[in-house]
Amino acid sequence: MIPLSYYLILSATLFAIGTAGVFMRRNLITILLSIEIMLNAVNLSFVAFGRAAGDLDGQIITFFVMTVAAAEAAVGLALVIALFRHKESLNPDAFTSLKW
Amino acid sequence: MDFTPYLRPAAIGVMIFITFNALIIASAILVLAERKIMGFIQQRYGPYLVGPWGLMQPFADILKLLFKEELRPKGADKWLFTLAPVLAIVTAFVAFATVPFGAQTDLFGLLDEPIKLGISDVNVGVLVVFAVTSMGVYGIVLAGWSSNSKYALFGGLRASAQMISYELAYATSLAAVIMLAGSLSLREVVDRQQGYWDLFGVLPVPKWYVFLQPFGFLIYVIAGVAETNRAPFDFPEAEQELVAGFNTEYSSVRFAMFPQAEYINMVTMSAVATDLFLGGWHGPFLPPEYGWIWFLVKVGLILFAYIWVRWTVPRYRYDQLMTFGWKWLFPAAVLNLIVTAALVLYFNA
Amino acid sequence: MPETFAFYMFAAIAVGASVLVIGQRNPMYSVLLLIASFGALSGLYIQLDAPFVAVAQIIIYAGAIMVLFLFVVMLLNAPREDAAEWDRTHPLRQPGVTRWGTLLAGLLIVQLAMALGKMSELGAPVAGRSDAATIGSVTELGRSLFTRHTFAFEATSILILVAMIGATVLARREDQ
Repeated sequence: MIPLSYYLILSATLFAIGTAGVFMRRNLITILLSIEIMLNAVNLSFVAFGRAAGDLDGQIITFFVMTVAAAEAAVGLALVIALFRHKESLNPDAFTSLKW
Repeated sequence: MDFTPYLRPAAIGVMIFITFNALIIASAILVLAERKIMGFIQQRYGPYLVGPWGLMQPFADILKLLFKEELRPKGADKWLFTLAPVLAIVTAFVAFATVPFGAQTDLFGLLDEPIKLGISDVNVGVLVVFAVTSMGVYGIVLAGWSSNSKYALFGGLRASAQMISYELAYATSLAAVIMLAGSLSLREVVDRQQGYWDLFGVLPVPKWYVFLQPFGFLIYVIAGVAETNRAPFDFPEAEQELVAGFNTEYSSVRFAMFPQAEYINMVTMSAVATDLFLGGWHGPFLPPEYGWIWFLVKVGLILFAYIWVRWTVPRYRYDQLMTFGWKWLFPAAVLNLIVTAALVLYFNA
Repeated sequence: MPETFAFYMFAAIAVGASVLVIGQRNPMYSVLLLIASFGALSGLYIQLDAPFVAVAQIIIYAGAIMVLFLFVVMLLNAPREDAAEWDRTHPLRQPGVTRWGTLLAGLLIVQLAMALGKMSELGAPVAGRSDAATIGSVTELGRSLFTRHTFAFEATSILILVAMIGATVLARREDQ
């Protein structure tokens, strides 16, 4: 039997890795991938908690998280395509024309 | 030494081994069957020189492929070029893992508890097949991309776009059958197709789902043919249009894995169609333990239909293919689902 | 015993693949490594008696979202990441800073792990309260999804429709 805390530690580690990716990488697609890692970490902790509580609600919430992640990935990638078409670069620091 | 506690795991191991090899041999037989049937449809003999009736032809083909030179284009991505055929073949094999092919057997009384004929039986079996076949897209798209060649890239993109488009109709026609059966496990779906109806009191009609869902069966088979990139939906690997599509730059063993993956995918699609619509291993005259013989017969019939269609109808053009998938097949599948849902509610209420 | 081994193997693959995802220069490799990480997570869901979520993860994430990412990477011919000159001299990218930052991040993870491990009610084993059959039952899942969570379900379907329209509009060329 694997204790719940193992799953939570794993989920926290994955979330931290995703956050590090969002902050450290200078490529829009990799930033979106790191956001997906974070969402997956959250899914894992939902399912683990649901299992520990003996309830199905954990799994149901994961469906909604997955759907929202899919929608967000689609719109995010559409934005990336539109930005790339404008400036031929995937570096988020290239799109700073709104800064003062 | 007492071998009896090891008998059951050994039997399961032997069954898995036999299934794995059966899939490989099936793809070899399909190579020959395709060329022979193609020959007969085109009013000529197929291969007949190598062995009686050309039976050794697949071995000759495989030997030839093994001895060819292993080429890799200079600009090709080193890891992805080799990973693509590996992905294609691994997903092809794994997709067969939750497909049952027979009732249980107890090995002529040797085992205390019979083993079920099928590699694994999870309660979401249908979805596992769907999930793994949707991973098969990666093999093709990576092959196209990593070859660093424009024919390969276009072929790969087109093939993968086609596969993900027809996945929708595939899944929706599956959903209608699942609604009838009430379970996602393929073994349960087959078990519900046991027995006969008495039509007009005289004619025994087997309780297969193909009689309850004729359009669903048709949609599933068409979507299955498109999923496996077979004619008339094989534009991405058409010889006349795109050199050889996504496997232009491949040779020898890496190349051999792609058609083998395609044939094994064909076998899996036929097996799932048999399980879902044609009653699996149920059939007259044979005791239920030998039901796998009926399973093989039915799968063979569907594979024959696959090959027959390939050499009879012309190929779809790519935009016709995509229009058909999105504007005709998917709405038809959704309509089928709605009508099935309504009828299930009506007759169960 | 095989359960613990399976957990450690899946956890190692998930964490290892994720670390490689954020460390790769080539975005194509990042996408493929993330697919590997999702596969490992799917194995963990199966261990948690959630087979439907495991298969849905493969179908939705590894089979659809990642294909979308792959297509975008291929079609944009996404360039490998070259840090611009002014980016290389950015004060936050100096080696000393990154080393300290990594150390602090590691400390944070260790603290979090210690905190989570010490909470007494969380130390109970996972398969405590209800058996695997009801938790993994797809029928129960469907029943609960369509009765208690109907509103969220319908709202999610509208969300996907909006996202689809939005993505199509955003990615359109200007002259059409």
